[in-house]
Amino acid sequence: MLNKFDIQIREAKEHAIIETTGYLNDALGEQLSEKAQELIQGGCTQLVINLEKTTLINSIGISILIEIIEALEEREGTLNFCGLSSTQERTFRMMAIAKYAGIFPDEESAVANL
Amino acid sequence: MSDEHKVLLTIPMYPDMELAAAKTGSVLAELKDFNEEAVEEIQLAIIETCINASEHSQSEDKEVHIQFLVTDDQLQVKITDRGVGITADTLDGSRLLGTAGVHPDLRKRGRGLQIIKALMDEVMIESSPNGTTVSFTKKKATE
Repeated sequence: MLNKFDIQIREAKEHAIIETTGYLNDALGEQLSEKAQELIQGGCTQLVINLEKTTLINSIGISILIEIIEALEEREGTLNFCGLSSTQERTFRMMAIAKYAGIFPDEESAVANL
Repeated sequence: MSDEHKVLLTIPMYPDMELAAAKTGSVLAELKDFNEEAVEEIQLAIIETCINASEHSQSEDKEVHIQFLVTDDQLQVKITDRGVGITADTLDGSRLLGTAGVHPDLRKRGRGLQIIKALMDEVMIESSPNGTTVSFTKKKATE
């Protein structure tokens, strides 16, 4: 298998941090979406997605991130990203994701700005 | 005269095989000391092009053919499928949008070509009923 991926979730009192590892394509994206939906349905609407260990994100992965943003908006929640490479950040801004979700350099600032 | 390397690669249209093409591109770019950002951009452009070929070409041989040509100054990548060709509405993404989302600017699909054009210095698309070739060039940043 070329793409070894993993998702770790750390839940705090009022927020959760989702950390992804591997190539964010449809397979990892679907798992990420399931985990995020579980958190949202459970009432956790303040999320941080840490992409530091995700070196590549394709456009299908980005479309799944957009679905998570939309699901959170329905619950008046917030999503912040951190750990993006400069190319990932540029792509997120190009695709308007940065208009609807925060982008921060590290987890600490992403959590502080929820 | 610059030192030139040509690599030919054929990948099957299997999930994640685009990573093999992206890895080949990154090795060649690193060989010529492209910076880290350029290497990532090249990988992403290769991935998006291979995914487009897999998703839309309807190619009977289910293969993507990739030619890499790297010199001291630039990396050229030519990605070809032997599918049915692409139409203008596929090129601008309008055929791929699916259902409208909450925000019109958050288009979920059909953004691959936009990404490729934004990240590469030159992009050319040739398409006919016998297949499609997407060629792009990334120039090495000057210090």
